[in-house]
Amino acid sequence: MISIHAFILIPILTAFLIPIFGRQFPKLHLGWVVLPVPILLFSFFVSKIPVISANKAITGSVAWIRALDLHFAVYLDGLSLIFTLLITGIGSLVVLYSIFYLSKEKESLSHFYTYLLLFMGAMLGVVLSDNLMVLYLFWELTSISSFLLIAFWFRRKKSRYGAQKSFLITVGGGIAMLVGFIMLQVMTATNSVQEIIAMRDSIQDHELFVPSLVLILLGAFTKSAQFPFHIWLPDAMEAPTPVSAYLHSATMVKAGLFLVARFTPVFGGEATWFWLVSGVGIFTMFWGSFTAVRQNDLKALLAYSTISQLGLMMSLFGLGSAALQGGASTNSIIYTQAIFAALFHLVNHATFKGALFMIVGIVDHGVGTRDVRKLGGLLSLMPITFTLSVIGSFSMAGLPPFNGFLSKEMFFTAVLNAPEMSIFSMDTWGLLFPIIAWIGSIFTFIYSMIIVFRTFLGPYRRERLEKDPHEAPIGMLLSPIVLCTFVILLFFFPNLLSKYLLAPAMNGILPTYQNMEGFIPKISAWHGFNLELLMTAGVVILGIVLMNTYRFWNVIYDLFPEKLSLDRGYQWILAASESGSKKATDRYMTGFLPNYLYYIFGFLLLMVGGTLFLSGSIAFDPSNDASVSLYEGVFVGIMSIAVVGILFAKSRMTATLLNGLLGYSIAVFFVLFRAPDLALTQLVVETVTTVLFLLCFYHLPEWSKEDRSWKVRFPKIIISIGMGALTVLIALSVQGNKLFESISSYFEDSYELAGGRNIVNSILGDFRAFDTMLEVVVLFIAGIGVYTLVKLKAPQGGDKIERK
Amino acid sequence: METIITLLIGVLVSVATYLLLSKNVIRVVLGSAILSHAIHLLLITMGGLKKGGVPILGGKVETYVDALPQALILTAIVISFAVTAFFLVLMYRTYQSVGTDNLHEMRGTNDE
Repeated sequence: MISIHAFILIPILTAFLIPIFGRQFPKLHLGWVVLPVPILLFSFFVSKIPVISANKAITGSVAWIRALDLHFAVYLDGLSLIFTLLITGIGSLVVLYSIFYLSKEKESLSHFYTYLLLFMGAMLGVVLSDNLMVLYLFWELTSISSFLLIAFWFRRKKSRYGAQKSFLITVGGGIAMLVGFIMLQVMTATNSVQEIIAMRDSIQDHELFVPSLVLILLGAFTKSAQFPFHIWLPDAMEAPTPVSAYLHSATMVKAGLFLVARFTPVFGGEATWFWLVSGVGIFTMFWGSFTAVRQNDLKALLAYSTISQLGLMMSLFGLGSAALQGGASTNSIIYTQAIFAALFHLVNHATFKGALFMIVGIVDHGVGTRDVRKLGGLLSLMPITFTLSVIGSFSMAGLPPFNGFLSKEMFFTAVLNAPEMSIFSMDTWGLLFPIIAWIGSIFTFIYSMIIVFRTFLGPYRRERLEKDPHEAPIGMLLSPIVLCTFVILLFFFPNLLSKYLLAPAMNGILPTYQNMEGFIPKISAWHGFNLELLMTAGVVILGIVLMNTYRFWNVIYDLFPEKLSLDRGYQWILAASESGSKKATDRYMTGFLPNYLYYIFGFLLLMVGGTLFLSGSIAFDPSNDASVSLYEGVFVGIMSIAVVGILFAKSRMTATLLNGLLGYSIAVFFVLFRAPDLALTQLVVETVTTVLFLLCFYHLPEWSKEDRSWKVRFPKIIISIGMGALTVLIALSVQGNKLFESISSYFEDSYELAGGRNIVNSILGDFRAFDTMLEVVVLFIAGIGVYTLVKLKAPQGGDKIERK
Repeated sequence: METIITLLIGVLVSVATYLLLSKNVIRVVLGSAILSHAIHLLLITMGGLKKGGVPILGGKVETYVDALPQALILTAIVISFAVTAFFLVLMYRTYQSVGTDNLHEMRGTNDE
């Protein structure tokens, strides 16, 4: 089916049209032009729900480069459908929100929407591609568009810093992922993800299996901001808030999760995969929430909370992958629930976190600051925003009646199941999972409450705010209202989502469990007084206590000195690689011509000389040599003496005359070797050259003495003799190894073929006339060069200023 | 004959390389000129020496020396002349602009 390809390309193609629209209709807010695109895509993907929920996948392939097995292949199954709906759905809301958030007068909207649409298309490409290389292409395209969007306010230094940081980290991970993909391709000889999944059993013992697994996870971890690569996400908050809501919470950062989910059927069940995904995930979940609490900037707080939530979902995917160890059975079906929880939370997180980002944007817009130390008491001034923030935050904290509660309970169930696993030595280490998860959840509760209480309650201090606070326009509130509606609706009707979206996705990730009882659970809010509920109650009680005693225990953060932070590490690596590469380059790029010639000659000697020796092609066969007459012997002697004399010449005049002598001797040789045309030309050219040299000397000083120390001379002598010897060896070997007959006899018919009796002239003027013509062009160019150099003069002192 | 000329070529190349590695610009240009001489000799030697008459038809001889290297050399002589001329003028202009003919002193400043 071709249409899915088209739906990936529509946003990208529209992106190219945006600048034209911007110029044609300068009075129109470009957002209105863009808005139909995601809505159209969203309705298309919604219309596919019936097909997908019947456990069918829509595939299609357009051949691109057959020889490289590169096809623009798409694969729409339950997992991709969840993502496409998030991308287009949240995309529509974000575009709507941005229309009111970004001012038409002040901002360069055509740039903004071009990048945004580019991202949308790229992200759709990531989740729909079935071909590894195409997937990688779109993956990097999301990094590029994210880079452009973070640096949207490129005049701010922090924006540029954040953009560069996110780019370096995500693209670095992307390259690792590419290597992993190539390894997969080597193992399976296909680029199709679905074919690789089908070949899972045959590649498991391959020696590249684990390396490719680790490299692909590197790509996923950098993109999904997992510890220790999470450091780029807080700095990415320099982007406009709609971008943060869209890319850096709802969609792009979830690409890593998508990748993990997509490759779970391939790598799931492998111990390395299990430990890396669940371990890194659960630690990131804790670290993100722990760090979020100390943030003063609301957006930074949300960034760390996003990191934490991504870690939560990552760890769930990891725990769930255990279900694939040892094949599907009713005993291990309980582990699959972790993946179900991950998918459920994925949707929930997109709704409440998207809403929260928009709310922070509204607060920022309304009062001109996002600093929780300055905010407070906005409840009466922004009642709607307050209500929305309560819905979003309480859902994030995991409280009923919001969707976050449901997935949080399922998260607890999954980590409580972890110690009961009998594989991967989980019976000893598994207990850490519920403990870390619980501590992380307490901090999650605290930061969720900070958003509500420190912003909207507490004392109102107008003097600390930059603007008079006021409720946002309805257009701006619309998007968070829609998202918050979903937050509540999903709490009451979670099984609808489960039936139409989560179940097909589960079947895609864990096909072996399909149709087993208990695989797709019935989500309900009330399970009785079980351990999960007690954990939640503990979280609430301890969270409230800790929040009110924050000033007593915040010294704990001083245990992590600024100097040892990961951020400093990143900056140090950046600075060190910059100065290191400069040092290394400066060492050999000296700007001194002879040094470069040393490299060239040295390389030539090693490569050509080495090949000559290794291939054993040195040959010497003087039997065909012509006889030597007296004249010739004399001239060889003259030339040898003249050329060595140049080395010892005291004045440049002597050297030039000796060079002339060489030229004239060669002319004599040309006569002796039956080449009258050459002799004539050589005589003329040599005369003119000598005259040119002398003319030049008129303007130049006497030549300075060369450095006579052995340290300088010795390498020169070695290289020179080496080059001479190499030339002799090659020339002798060529004469000794006649591999084929000469082609020159062809030209001896020049009278019949070209009508000329002089063979040399016929070659130049007829057989190879184009060569000769181009030779004239070279002369012409050299002539122009000489003329310009002589005639055109740089303005006095001009280039000195340039150099400074 | 060929062997002797080949050895002569080796000497020419050695001297040319030595001159190219100098820090004085005039020596470098001179080195490139000598290198072209060496290569012209090399080309004609590769075709075999004195194996026949002058490659002009209609004479009394039946065999001719190889004409192809001669055509190549003719081109090479002209091109190398053009290059030498350009080098010389470049050298002249450089000296006028920076006031030195020492390559060591012509190096760019480090603070670029």
